[in-house]
Amino acid sequence: MALRDEVGPYFGEYGGRFVPESLIAALDELDAAYQAAKVDPVFREELATLHKTYTGRPSIITEVPRFAEHAGGARIILKREDLNHTGSHKINNVLGQALIARRLGKTRLIAETGAGQHGVAAATAAALFGMECVVYMGEVDTERQALNVARMRLLGATVIPVKTGSRTLKDAINDALRDWVANVDTTHYLLGTVAGPHPFPVMVRDFHKLIGEEARAQVLELTGALPDAVTACVGGGSNAMGIFHAFLDDPSVKLYGYEAAGDGHLTERHAATITRGRPGVLHGARSYLLQDEDGQTIESHSISAGLDYPGVGPEHAWLADIGRASYLPITDDEAMQALRLLSRTEGIIPAIESAHALAGTIKLGQELGSGATILVNLSGRGDKDMETAGKYFDILDAAALADSDLAEIRPDELGTGASE
Amino acid sequence: MSRLAAVIASRKSEGGGALIGYLPVGYPDLETSIEAAVAMAENGVDAIELGLPYSDPVMDGVVIQKATQAALAGGFRLRHGFEAVAAITARVDRPVLLMTYWNPVVQFGVDRFADELVAAGGAGLITPDLIPDEAADWLATSDRTDLDRVFLAAPSSTDERLKQAVEKSRGFVYAVSTMGITGARADVDSAARGLVARLRTVGATSACVGLGISTPQQVREVLEYADGAIVGSLLVSALATGGVDAVAAAAALLATGKSPARAH
Repeated sequence: MALRDEVGPYFGEYGGRFVPESLIAALDELDAAYQAAKVDPVFREELATLHKTYTGRPSIITEVPRFAEHAGGARIILKREDLNHTGSHKINNVLGQALIARRLGKTRLIAETGAGQHGVAAATAAALFGMECVVYMGEVDTERQALNVARMRLLGATVIPVKTGSRTLKDAINDALRDWVANVDTTHYLLGTVAGPHPFPVMVRDFHKLIGEEARAQVLELTGALPDAVTACVGGGSNAMGIFHAFLDDPSVKLYGYEAAGDGHLTERHAATITRGRPGVLHGARSYLLQDEDGQTIESHSISAGLDYPGVGPEHAWLADIGRASYLPITDDEAMQALRLLSRTEGIIPAIESAHALAGTIKLGQELGSGATILVNLSGRGDKDMETAGKYFDILDAAALADSDLAEIRPDELGTGASE
Repeated sequence: MSRLAAVIASRKSEGGGALIGYLPVGYPDLETSIEAAVAMAENGVDAIELGLPYSDPVMDGVVIQKATQAALAGGFRLRHGFEAVAAITARVDRPVLLMTYWNPVVQFGVDRFADELVAAGGAGLITPDLIPDEAADWLATSDRTDLDRVFLAAPSSTDERLKQAVEKSRGFVYAVSTMGITGARADVDSAARGLVARLRTVGATSACVGLGISTPQQVREVLEYADGAIVGSLLVSALATGGVDAVAAAAALLATGKSPARAH
């Protein structure tokens, strides 16, 4: 069987459904609706039209020769998911799931968000479809991401700060699951990554796999050949699965996922789940996770809020185990240097999440040399990250900022960007 | 029939049913959590459900989340769970179950976990995020060790899934009273009555209702149709506000609900 044909609920020993019985009926209902929609020409046409007229698909590819000079002279091509409406790949999945939710007669969408990019995308879909939207966001993240909270509210969503546990993304997922258990009749849980119980990992992947399908054809057209490697950042892993999937059965194409190593993957402050974690069960699926000896989840750390998650999607865990994809750590500083480099050499400011993929690509290019072609998923744009970057590089005019309205919204520690 | 099932059946045959009390291990500290569990048993609780604190308790409401989070912050380790079971079973003759999310068991090792629980005198496990479909390891291990295994049944479950929950459970099947998470509720959902009736038709002989039960009246109402009533958040609240004495008083009050209401 081709690797592309895997449809869950298990990927090797990973995946499954480790959730309370109360949710099983909802997951079965969702799975059935998704299976039906997948082969329904009406659904496919609806989604394709939305992508064409709303998302802005297909996204273009951009070759970046000045950036590539710093990457061993390899040929580097970016898949521009940053140009999508709402600024990242996240919109691909939320439109698909919102259509499914509508087919199921659900009138309320709930979502979890880290820095806010998936929350903003979910709120966008809810606005477009006229649905109620509730976004769970760790209290710590609402404080460091006040502007994204305002964006979601402007779109009509209710943002609920989660005050339990570590008050970050993993706790936001817990509260979204609790909400879903209690309100499953009216509510669809619009999970934002390729994690969670079946069918989420496979469904979210399928809604993102057009990234790789488009890029594969675009690179073939541009260069006349498949790329030697495809790279992406990995938090939960949705953008990476989206671009990897089309290439899974192209054995000549190497796949690299770059995990957030924070202060360094050998320190205690990182989010390098596959590099440093071990298999276990979290948020409804068996996969790699960061945990202590007793199986308690360990908090992750990354400058990029979208990668700051102690778990990873089960399909990535499987691809890592069978050796089809490699997962390597990139530190905060490596990512920030790559962010600045792409900005200065190409005039493209990437999201800090995507900058992890760029930093990995620089190393990979130096390894592969000038004959190689590398396709990078530029999953999001960096507008949301300007304060973090400004502070990191000490180029923010603090006095001017203090006088601005912005300072009234965010007087506290400056935070980071979008969900991976 | 397992000892737990026998205890429940015996309470039922006396005209009422079993009262099952939940408290988390290590809250507010290990010693007090043991004392509180013993106090429950001495005040009318027929079986004890000890919760193992976990970092991501998706089935729990705010009261239990706060307590288990405090226990984790206070240094809870899995071995404290076995220590608590051993200490409690040495003092009171009641079946003691552990309520645990699945990852801690996986990380400890399913076989090793079961062996330690048997050595401590424990009766079995309630597994809120483990459905029988994913439980091959635990089914084999619990058969080897004769430990009880309590799976959940929900109002949303299909008849086929209810049948599976009944067939795979030992000790009792946990009927989730409402679509939601733990926490006291003014009305225990009428869904519970319907769910237990459905469980009976697929063969349940030992069905206990949990979620939302916090008064003797609710205990009495549930025992009209179920074999046992499970109370958690109310006892945890009592422990938080009034210590072991308050747990004893709350348990004694709840236990009055085990006798059928007297005719006027």
